[in-house]
Amino acid sequence: MATKFTAKPDELSKIDHKPPKKGWMDTPAEFKEHTFCWGAKGKNLNIVDFPNARDWSPAEEDWKLPENWQEIVLEGIKDRLGKYRSFKLFMDICVRCGACADKCHFFIGGGDPKNMPVLRAEILRSIYRKYFTASGKMLGKIAGARELTLDVLKELWYYYYQCTECRRCSVFCPYGIDQAEITMMGRELTNLLGLNTDWISGPVANCYMKGNHLGLEPHTITSSVEFFLDDIETITGIRIKPTFNRKGAEILFVTPSGDLFADPGTYTAMGYLMLFHELGLDYTWSTYASEGGNFGFFTSNEMAKRLNAKIYAEAKRLGVKWIIGGECGHMWRVINQYMDTWNGPADFLEEPVSPITGTKFENAKSTKMVHIAEFTADLIKNGKLKLDPARNDRLKVTWHDSCNTARGMGILDEPRYVLRNVCNHFYEMPEDTIREKTFCCGSGTGLNASENMELRMRGGFPRANAVKYVRDNYGVNMLANICAIDRATLNALMEYWAPDVSVCGLHELVGNALVMTGEKERTQDLRLEPLHGKEAEE
Amino acid sequence: MRILFSFFAVIALVLSAYAGVKIANLQFLFGVVIPYIAITIFTLGFVYRVLKWGSSPVPFRIPTTCGQQKSLPWIKQNRIENPSSISGVIIRMALEALLFRSLFRNLKTQLKDGKLVYGEAKWLWLAGLAFHWSFLIIFVRHFRLFLQSTPSFIKTIEGLDSFLQVGVPLLYMTDIVLLGSVTYLFLRRVFIPQVKYISLAADYFPLFLIFGIAASGVLMRYFYKVDIVGVKELAMGLVILKPVIPQGIGVIFYIHLFLICLLFAYFPLSKLMHMAGVFLSPTRNMVNNSRMVRHINPWNYPVHVHTYEEYENDFREKMKKAGIPVEKE
Amino acid sequence: MKLNSLLADKKASILEKWFDVIIESYPPDTSNFLKNQSNRFANPAGSAISQGIENIFDELLRGLNQGNTLQFLDNIVRIRAVQDFTPSQALSFIFPLKRIIREELTVEIAGSQLSDEILALESKIDDLALSAFDIYMKCREKIYEIKANEVKSMTFRLLQMANLINTEGHESDFKGNDKLKIKRGEVKK
Repeated sequence: MATKFTAKPDELSKIDHKPPKKGWMDTPAEFKEHTFCWGAKGKNLNIVDFPNARDWSPAEEDWKLPENWQEIVLEGIKDRLGKYRSFKLFMDICVRCGACADKCHFFIGGGDPKNMPVLRAEILRSIYRKYFTASGKMLGKIAGARELTLDVLKELWYYYYQCTECRRCSVFCPYGIDQAEITMMGRELTNLLGLNTDWISGPVANCYMKGNHLGLEPHTITSSVEFFLDDIETITGIRIKPTFNRKGAEILFVTPSGDLFADPGTYTAMGYLMLFHELGLDYTWSTYASEGGNFGFFTSNEMAKRLNAKIYAEAKRLGVKWIIGGECGHMWRVINQYMDTWNGPADFLEEPVSPITGTKFENAKSTKMVHIAEFTADLIKNGKLKLDPARNDRLKVTWHDSCNTARGMGILDEPRYVLRNVCNHFYEMPEDTIREKTFCCGSGTGLNASENMELRMRGGFPRANAVKYVRDNYGVNMLANICAIDRATLNALMEYWAPDVSVCGLHELVGNALVMTGEKERTQDLRLEPLHGKEAEE
Repeated sequence: MRILFSFFAVIALVLSAYAGVKIANLQFLFGVVIPYIAITIFTLGFVYRVLKWGSSPVPFRIPTTCGQQKSLPWIKQNRIENPSSISGVIIRMALEALLFRSLFRNLKTQLKDGKLVYGEAKWLWLAGLAFHWSFLIIFVRHFRLFLQSTPSFIKTIEGLDSFLQVGVPLLYMTDIVLLGSVTYLFLRRVFIPQVKYISLAADYFPLFLIFGIAASGVLMRYFYKVDIVGVKELAMGLVILKPVIPQGIGVIFYIHLFLICLLFAYFPLSKLMHMAGVFLSPTRNMVNNSRMVRHINPWNYPVHVHTYEEYENDFREKMKKAGIPVEKE
Repeated sequence: MKLNSLLADKKASILEKWFDVIIESYPPDTSNFLKNQSNRFANPAGSAISQGIENIFDELLRGLNQGNTLQFLDNIVRIRAVQDFTPSQALSFIFPLKRIIREELTVEIAGSQLSDEILALESKIDDLALSAFDIYMKCREKIYEIKANEVKSMTFRLLQMANLINTEGHESDFKGNDKLKIKRGEVKK
């Protein structure tokens, strides 16, 4: 049923007249190639005991649904209405004013009207009204209610896996209706039917069994880090010896596994290693809790909790005092707004105090987990780091606020403070596209697969457009951020929309600027490229 | 279709009130019975809806943060848009409820070809604000009908509202503003394709209803005068539970009253409940301090996890080879 | 070049019509947004199109500087290449310009000997379409290249770990892909 890339002759002239207009309720979703991810594999769903596990494909007509799928969905809605006030409220109070309509990056970049947040929500609301409200039961369509048919289910799936839960719509809604919250509910419902994607369920299964999304086994993690240590030695002449699963360390460090695996996240990981070494920090990595990110968060609340549990469990086992978390977007939404509630109280840990500066991290006194940007900003403020920002002079940097850290946490100025101290050329993107109004990379919530590349390119277009603006006006060539998914996906986005802009994490720049005790004169940056002004020596 | 349905529904309701009073002489029904029923539905329905929302817990602390968080003492927090205290939340909610802060976020002027351009979103904010505030003022003004002597604050409001000193009786500005803004809110639903696309009958119906109420009120005050003493007598009778039907109140009053009753009865069944809902919205009314104070989820339940022990069992040999410490040798 | 001055006079109304035609290829609910939201960051597609066609039109009058024109076409085609259009739909925005120009200049054309100039102009517009096709293909190829690169950059680490790409000799497959800093291979002993 997926639409192929050919036009019928009569469609060619379509450009001269508007297509016949039907209400959105009567326009079933068309599964267009390159916009959706492959279906989940049964074996991955079985690993985490998800119901109705089987191989399936969204492009096929037959989704191999269980006999009583409607019952399952309706029961699922009822259950969640009772558990989440947010869900119940957001089903009821929307007045369809349209303020959110043009705030979604998928709508702005692609133009499909069902990507207006209000309509994305109405897809689920129409079902809710039909089965859970008196007016919907009596008046049907006139009250905006719709039977739960197979087409409706497919529509729900198609558009709820075209939402990155970025919360931008929620910023502009007069009632704070948050499509991210509604999408989470919608995705939970699809998971009751085994309708997940391969790109999400694979990492979830990996993370459950092996501790991280990429499925890196313990020895692979250490050998991965060995590569970084080699490079660091080449660059600085210093051999760093980090520890893994070490009991009695003061601090546990948890970061998204993407940083261990794919460029440019790897350079960020090198930055962490260098910083901690220079500080002489008593910390350890863990191979069991080797994932900060949480793809479970894109399936269900319960799955997210199951994956997240490892962080506290490992902190307890190792007997650390507190935890530092690396640069990641949705990981920090989860840590900031969910972790303590799910898996706390972390009473076996101590309130975080920086061993270097003595600063108490009051804002993390219950979760006992500190964001590395907070940690580093504090170090710099207290003059504990020797920095040579000129080493980043090759770069003209702009800052991308990641959705989750901006709108689910509010860590905006700490990374900027660090950035201003480690590089000399920093340019902000236009005001409407940063901070709480930041545009998504277009690939969050597990949409960073390859098969939906077209969707990613158009969803990321508003972001790329703002980058292009600073590139053209200030010669910006580096897009810095604190999110592993951004580091993995913005590269592709830039390649398409703004070639010659690269992507990096904050601590890559810190690693470059950090003057380490006993280091040799640096001629290369962490990418092993010649430093500014040192090209001749190469 | 959705528009016409709503329009004719309201017309039919107006006609039924007209016929009921003028032809069938059902003054008691329209003046006493229906108002009591409407108020009952409104009160019970409103409370029911709020309790129903309230009966679902808020399992997670999920404010939408729209500014800098509270972190290190030297980093300036945005205490209102990213509140870490109750007082911040109260200000945030007050700005939201009284000034429509989030809609206002759209309010950014742009320079286009040297001219200031205001997009549609700004008009939405302005019309929304004008609509809700004038509605509230008119609502409060009507209290004089239910009270033996008119309190001074109502007289003040009336004075301010009519300070233009035009016409006899004095023209209330809010009457004009309400009619104007409700008309705008209707027209944007018709003429802006993307808003039209998302609009339901349930969006048009209350607009027509409110337009009908405002229009009948205006007609009654400025054109087809009704016996205001009689109206007050009726209103007071309703309040003190000794209903009377004074003779000679014009039929237009009964139409006005009937539409109001419908609005009241319809209120708890509809999206109009956003009036209460906005205060319950967890993305706005919560403190962003979940790393400081643990939020409790009442239905938090134990889940299956892959324990460290199981993990070590899977990988013990590989871990030992890589020099990673293990629990069991 | 009498035609050029006529076109310059009518520029505003020609561009407006051309823009409308392009915008109408989107669903009506969307076209309104593309048309009316003037902030270039809130509406990057709409502003890229309106800016793009103006530049292209100016280039047409000036006589098509190859480099500039391609860049302006690129700005529009790059967007339409990822927007649910078939290839023909994606590029169909160019041809209506011919019709619009003839409609706008009906009177002037009838009363003078402009037909040669018109034909020349129309063949330039055809050239535009051909260039746009090149750009479209490049955009689509780019998408597949990006897909392939993502897979490669994932396998790169694995291969590196398996010591398969330690030496220059084994790197040919990754050469020319500047997103993969292949120099890393040299470091490993």
